[in-house]
Amino acid sequence: MALLEVSNLSIAVAAGGKLLPVVQGISFQVEAGKTLGIVGESGCGKSLTSLAIMGLLEGSQVRIIGGTIHFNGQNMLTLSDKKRREIMGAEMAMIFQEPMTSLNPVYRVGDQIIEAIRQHKKQTKQQARARAIELLTLVRIPDAEKRIESYPHQLSGGMRQRVMIAMALACDPKLLIADEPTTALDVTVQARILELLKELQQQTGMAIVLISHDLGVIAETCDSVAVMYRGKFVEVAPSAELFSTVAHPYTSGLLSSIPVSDHEIDRLDAIPGRVPMLGEDVIGCAFHPRCNLAQECCSLKDPEEVSLTQTHFTRCHFPIGSNL
Amino acid sequence: MLAYTFKRLLALIPTLLAASVLIFLFVHLIPGDPAAILLGDTATPEEIAELTHAMGLDRSLITQYFLWLGNVLQGDFGTSIFFRIPVLSVIADGAETSILLASMTMIWIMLIGIPIGILAATRHGSWVDQIASGGAMLFASIPTFWLGLYLILIFAVGLGWFPSSGFPSISDEGGLWNIRYLLLPSLTLAAPNAALIIRLVRASMLDVQREDHVRTARAKGLHPTKVAIRHVFRNAMISVAAAFGFTFAALISEAVVTETVFSLPGIGRLVVQSILRRDYPVIQGVILVIVCLYMIINLLVDLTYARLDPRVSLK
Repeated sequence: MALLEVSNLSIAVAAGGKLLPVVQGISFQVEAGKTLGIVGESGCGKSLTSLAIMGLLEGSQVRIIGGTIHFNGQNMLTLSDKKRREIMGAEMAMIFQEPMTSLNPVYRVGDQIIEAIRQHKKQTKQQARARAIELLTLVRIPDAEKRIESYPHQLSGGMRQRVMIAMALACDPKLLIADEPTTALDVTVQARILELLKELQQQTGMAIVLISHDLGVIAETCDSVAVMYRGKFVEVAPSAELFSTVAHPYTSGLLSSIPVSDHEIDRLDAIPGRVPMLGEDVIGCAFHPRCNLAQECCSLKDPEEVSLTQTHFTRCHFPIGSNL
Repeated sequence: MLAYTFKRLLALIPTLLAASVLIFLFVHLIPGDPAAILLGDTATPEEIAELTHAMGLDRSLITQYFLWLGNVLQGDFGTSIFFRIPVLSVIADGAETSILLASMTMIWIMLIGIPIGILAATRHGSWVDQIASGGAMLFASIPTFWLGLYLILIFAVGLGWFPSSGFPSISDEGGLWNIRYLLLPSLTLAAPNAALIIRLVRASMLDVQREDHVRTARAKGLHPTKVAIRHVFRNAMISVAAAFGFTFAALISEAVVTETVFSLPGIGRLVVQSILRRDYPVIQGVILVIVCLYMIINLLVDLTYARLDPRVSLK
């Protein structure tokens, strides 16, 4: 069994007495030591998926309405709160999109890391402090002994995200969920953070689920990629395969909207139209109103999942480059 | 921090000077002649004129102000027209009651306001929250004099659990037990302010709860109570602390009413009675002391604020 197995996960948002589906029956697996990238536009449900895995969906508005999440053989959705908290932050950890606001402004960063360590490990304050310094050094924060005394507002965005990573690694998690970890950062800092994540993965053997709207980021870091559109995976493939043989027109659209620096272009190819609003009904394939390859049947019937190879799936009536 | 405190204390001087002018002018705007009141209905105009002259009240306002200010700067607040003893001793007599009353009130406000506010925020939307918020709304809108009278009616007159009025000093017979005289007044005074604190703690905790760092805390696997206290409440405390300065200002004015209702020999009642007696030196002295206290309390609030929020620097 894979480390993380999500099957048929559906999430809905309650609004005006109705349940609006946001994530619709997605399934995937992540093996230990591997990285899965989930990519999609804002509002496609990728962040909610990551919060659902972590058990951080809160409030009565957002609900998991179907499916299972198995982590390390345990069904996370039927686990008691107490058991789930024992896993959160210990075996499964998460870093978020906004390093600027994800740290508590009134505590020193060291104390916040120490809190994460002592929550799950029986350590004295001194031991935990030593471990916190070790972690800060691990994520390449210079002068870790001094930095441990800093407050979040005294650190740059990149530094704060490093602190977040150090905090997530505090208890050697088996799985790290990174929800847009570099979106709020400068491009140069982005590259360094991604590199750091890759290196840490090699050292610790943890699995990573990387959520991003940026195919470039995904391409650099992931073993396999899931492309999400409107709550469904429209294409899943190993990274190399996805980039060499794109099957879904949406993936293809995402790829051609990445600016390439080595030849001159006047305009980026944007995908026309917009993501349908939550609760807006689209009959047939959810992408067909924006798809330039759409044919009549696309507006009538939602495509089933088709497997192109053993590891490459897509949801399209007319996958690019196939004779279906 | 020390330098900042010193600077703030220096800044008190011009403010106090401005306050002293205002106090002096307002007091002298009160209609009525202290000499006439002192001498009673049977006094002749000649007697009144004589006493007015003896008290220096026939001189120009400006002369009177500077004479008063000069004395105050030397620590002499003048002599009470009514009591015929130094103003400072009159104030000192009322201080025990008022300080004890204020301290007990503050303790009630914190003991009632903070825990109920936290409870209402963590059980947001539940019946606990409904009752807490509704109750807070009710107590915030009940006038203190009305609440005071009803507490007297129920607990002093009806049940006879507490004394209804007065306050013998804790150095008198009964000792510390005399505190029970202040129980009903302090609860009366605390009610509207605790209600405000409940609403404030609840509102700021709900605000903080939505912040990203709270999600981080939950992602660590912390128990919800730990998240609520250590992360949410600790941040919400910053805005609550700022409100304590205002609460103190509200306390002063409400204390005037409460002390009158419960006939407490405190500074609040002293102000009211001194105004009725046109006891200018006492009114001026008391108000100046209150202004001073108010500014010092607000300085303390600012210092606490900086301690609570590391992003605030005191330079």
